[in-house]
Amino acid sequence: MTDDRPPVRARGLVKRYDEVVAVDHIDLNVHAGDVYGFLGPNGAGKTTTLRMALGLITPTEGMVELFGRNPLREGARALEGVAGFVEAPRFYPYLTGRKNLELLAALDGDGARERIDEVLAVVELAPRAVHRVGGYSHGMRQRLGIAAALLRRPRLLILDEPATGLDPAGMRDMRLLIRRLADDGMTVLLSSHQLPEVQDLCDRVAIVDSGRVVYEGALTDLRRQGGAGYRLRSSDDAGALQVAREQPGIEHPLVDEHGLGFQAEEPAVGALSLALGRAGIGILALTPTLATLEDLFFRLTEHANGAGEAHAALPEQSANGADRLVPTQ
Amino acid sequence: MSSVAASASAPAARPARARRPSTATAYRWELRKLVSQKRTYLGFALVVILPLFFVVFQNVHQRHDRGGDNIFASQITQSGLATPVLMLLFLSVFMLPLAASLVAGDIVAAEDANGTLKTILTRSVNRGQVFAAKGFAAVTYATIAVFLSATVATVAGVASWGFRSVRTFSGSVVSAPEALLLVFAANAIYLIPLLTVAAIGLLLSTATRNSAAAVVGTIGIVILLFIIAQIPGLEGIKPYLVTEQFQNWHGLLRTPTDWAPIWHSLWVCALYAGPALVAGYLVFLRRDVAGG
Repeated sequence: MTDDRPPVRARGLVKRYDEVVAVDHIDLNVHAGDVYGFLGPNGAGKTTTLRMALGLITPTEGMVELFGRNPLREGARALEGVAGFVEAPRFYPYLTGRKNLELLAALDGDGARERIDEVLAVVELAPRAVHRVGGYSHGMRQRLGIAAALLRRPRLLILDEPATGLDPAGMRDMRLLIRRLADDGMTVLLSSHQLPEVQDLCDRVAIVDSGRVVYEGALTDLRRQGGAGYRLRSSDDAGALQVAREQPGIEHPLVDEHGLGFQAEEPAVGALSLALGRAGIGILALTPTLATLEDLFFRLTEHANGAGEAHAALPEQSANGADRLVPTQ
Repeated sequence: MSSVAASASAPAARPARARRPSTATAYRWELRKLVSQKRTYLGFALVVILPLFFVVFQNVHQRHDRGGDNIFASQITQSGLATPVLMLLFLSVFMLPLAASLVAGDIVAAEDANGTLKTILTRSVNRGQVFAAKGFAAVTYATIAVFLSATVATVAGVASWGFRSVRTFSGSVVSAPEALLLVFAANAIYLIPLLTVAAIGLLLSTATRNSAAAVVGTIGIVILLFIIAQIPGLEGIKPYLVTEQFQNWHGLLRTPTDWAPIWHSLWVCALYAGPALVAGYLVFLRRDVAGG
């Protein structure tokens, strides 16, 4: 049985277009139950990778399997239990929303037609389903794309920028829907530019840049490895900055409108508070902070851009405070 | 989406092995798509308007002395059944190939351009099934175009000049019922080269990913073959041009029936259609679907 196999497993995936390398030896491991974020700047190779995963384009090298099945070798059979869309979902504009779903249900078989009303209700499109898709807004098409995917009752849902073009309420609704589907046991592979959305939804992530994976693993690990940070409000921020600069173990001290920010291990933070007391500077608040996904994303992708061979790596703070790159899992 | 998203339960996980749809299902939906598109009716309009225009023109001018080389032209006002034969003679050269290529050239390329190809290729049908369904749909369209034209020409001709016997190319007279049968049999025989044109259109539609290029390319090939047939010194290859097979049905309207041009067109067209379909199929199986 294929159910025990990982929903997505890619090894050494490469896609070249003449001289351009769109995807450069990507490995992916999406586990059952993951809400897996697939991140990267525009042109990083995310959509090309997803197209290869769905068997729409042929890898130049490497392989990708969905539940242990290779879409290139096994065709539609490899897509059993898999649904989703890459880039914007596309439909027949001259057919109504319902007719589009009827067509897709017919191409799915397996009683998908009987689920049309159910999925239209899930995405709240039932009242507009009698209208032609040609008149749908972008958001409605996105929702119809989700409905079309749910028709297949997937175990793996692949979504490429599902919130693109949605208004804030639509984005929130999309997040809620994905969260609920994940809570019901569906594995979700979510490609997104919306970093807060990924931070909110995903437990594991892969970050790609220039066709290469620069990080793959748990989001919490990534944030932890991004370095523990602190925010300090004091009676004299300028004086506190001076003290912090002279204190061993305090890295990247910086004052802004919110006070003094820095990174350090706990013993160094204790030593700093004593030193501030000795300097006659009062501590008003000392708050631990965790690096945001956005911070880490930019650090990773900017590092990879400038680091040549520094792919599959994560920046970590060195003793002298400079970022360095270390291999990841 | 919020309220329902928060309350509705997600569809339950499906069984590990699902029953996949048949090629016939994909074919039925290809036909539904054709029926829903306005452009589908453009080709039909072309092959219907011309016979109607011809009959109206003949009635207005009331000319009874049509002679010329063609025996059916000379009988045009003597029997309504001469009209569909004459129309097949005219339409078979360009208009029906144009109608066939309008759909065959568009059927894959349009989906590629609109991005719907990726939509249907991520469902439970294989690429081979999709290609077969599209091929059958293009064949169905061309067949309907031919018989629709024949039916309109027959009805209009008979309404104007009666359901009477006609003389065949051999000069022998056949009864009206027999002539009616021969008219539709001739149209069926004409499908051999016409479906070959459709196969070429399907190949171009798959390979070029561009509807206009595929439709124009198909018609361009037809015109090119006509030109080649006119070039002095190339008479030797003339019998092997697909455009020369457009008149293959003449053998059916001779007494006795001359089957030789029909069999000849059958194998000549197979030499064109077979490689075109195989090439189109292979391209479709291996192509990257990167549009949309």
